Amino acid sequence: MEWLMWFTKFENTKPVSLVIFFGLFCGVVFYLYGSKQRGAQLESFKNIPLQDDDI
Amino acid sequence: MTTTSVTNTEQYNYDVIRKFAIMTLVWGVVGMLVGVYIASELAFPVLNFDIPYITFGRLRPVHTGAVIFGFGGSALFATSYYIVQRTCQARLFSSGLASFTFWGWQAIIVLAALGDVMGYTQGREYAEMEWPIDLLIEVVWVAYLVLFVGTLMKRKQPHIYVANWFYVAFILATALLHTFNNLAVPVSLFSMKSYSLFSGAQDAMTQWWYGHNAVGFFLTAAFLGMMYYFVPKQAGRPVYSYRLSVLHFWALIFLYMWAGAHHLHWTAIPDWTSTLAATFSIMLLLPSWGGMVNGILTLSGAWDKMRTDPIIRFLIVSLSFYGMSTFEGPVMSLKDVNALSHYTDWTIGHVHSGALGWVAMVTFGSFYHMIPKLWNTKMFSNRLINIHFWLATIGILLYITAMWISGIMQGLMWRAFDDFGNLQYAFIESVAAAHNLYIMRAIGGLFFLSGMVLMCYNMYKTIKSGTTEQA
Repeated sequence: MEWLMWFTKFENTKPVSLVIFFGLFCGVVFYLYGSKQRGAQLESFKNIPLQDDDI
Repeated sequence: MTTTSVTNTEQYNYDVIRKFAIMTLVWGVVGMLVGVYIASELAFPVLNFDIPYITFGRLRPVHTGAVIFGFGGSALFATSYYIVQRTCQARLFSSGLASFTFWGWQAIIVLAALGDVMGYTQGREYAEMEWPIDLLIEVVWVAYLVLFVGTLMKRKQPHIYVANWFYVAFILATALLHTFNNLAVPVSLFSMKSYSLFSGAQDAMTQWWYGHNAVGFFLTAAFLGMMYYFVPKQAGRPVYSYRLSVLHFWALIFLYMWAGAHHLHWTAIPDWTSTLAATFSIMLLLPSWGGMVNGILTLSGAWDKMRTDPIIRFLIVSLSFYGMSTFEGPVMSLKDVNALSHYTDWTIGHVHSGALGWVAMVTFGSFYHMIPKLWNTKMFSNRLINIHFWLATIGILLYITAMWISGIMQGLMWRAFDDFGNLQYAFIESVAAAHNLYIMRAIGGLFFLSGMVLMCYNMYKTIKSGTTEQA
């Protein structure tokens, strides 16, 4: 269990969390803008509020 | 086409929305009236009348509680129930729970105000309510979460529209904030008094983690949910970019949680927490402005509506104030700027440019759109909406201008030294110097309150001419 002590040091956890969160952010950006097809599908959702009067 | 076709057999639960909508107006008038009164007390202390129940210290939390949780909270309950049902094409998951959240929430606002006036307080800003009320909030809030998520789960629309993401984030974050900020030990089972589980700098950091994220999630994220539905609806065109709204959501949600310690610059907290909070506050500018641009550009190609539609004017001006206050906030979070602005009226001005300019204005615009639909009618008078818009705008400008001048003047007077290294001004001199500006602030508040009263009249006439029968 000695390896767990590594996580108790700020100098270790700060860069690790930076990499994790920056990676996540890049993942979100790639998901949103990485594919034209997916982008078009995502953009189609913006019409949802305008269609609710038709129900 | 991404939506499913749904037959017209589904009825929405509008009853609870109507109740919350009416109480939003009631609490708006009450909260703003108390606000104008305490602003007048600061200008003319004689208005305290030596009655402890109406001194500034007791009425101030009544004001903040009534406007944030009474007016803002009821508006969020109303609009979230409206939006989740319409965008999910599903009736609220439980009418009983919906009714419970209404009566529970109203009881909380009344009890909190009574507690404040009677002098019961935890001494925590925006969380003055003592432990029995905190427990009631916990129960009502869990019911709200269950109801909202339960409705999302029975949706007929496959995709969850982004406005609902903002509402879910607001409900979850508020639950988390409320729980940890109010961890306290009561003196006894039958005593209203309790003591915080935290102490010293930790207690201060817990409070401002709560305080700032109450602004971030209660007064920002949730009202952005309102914006992402009502701006497209009123403009009659979809939001400028759906992908930008998703990016806006994740960036905002992640960054807000870290910024709270900027309320404690130059205090006993570790310096690195101050720096961390300032850094995240600066980064917050990007998603905030991304959201503002996304909302404003929704009107791209239809700018003429700004001339002709007073409701659109409310919504777009609210976004402009959102942009302005989310620029001002990061600037004030810089340690050097904060050294001047902290403890001064500049902070009060900043809060009100967000609370009046963003929160209240987006609520007004949304309600002018929603209430006629709830009562199957049209607004009684567009002219009164327009007058309300100008009263509110002039009121905000008077208010924040007075507080900017007063705040910067206070900051400069408090740090001025004479040739011998002594403080140049006594504190009371800065109070005297601010007197006229306090009067100006009270007049600004009076303008804003007048607009609110006018709105109530317009709504009363609208509701009276409408019907609650669903088509």
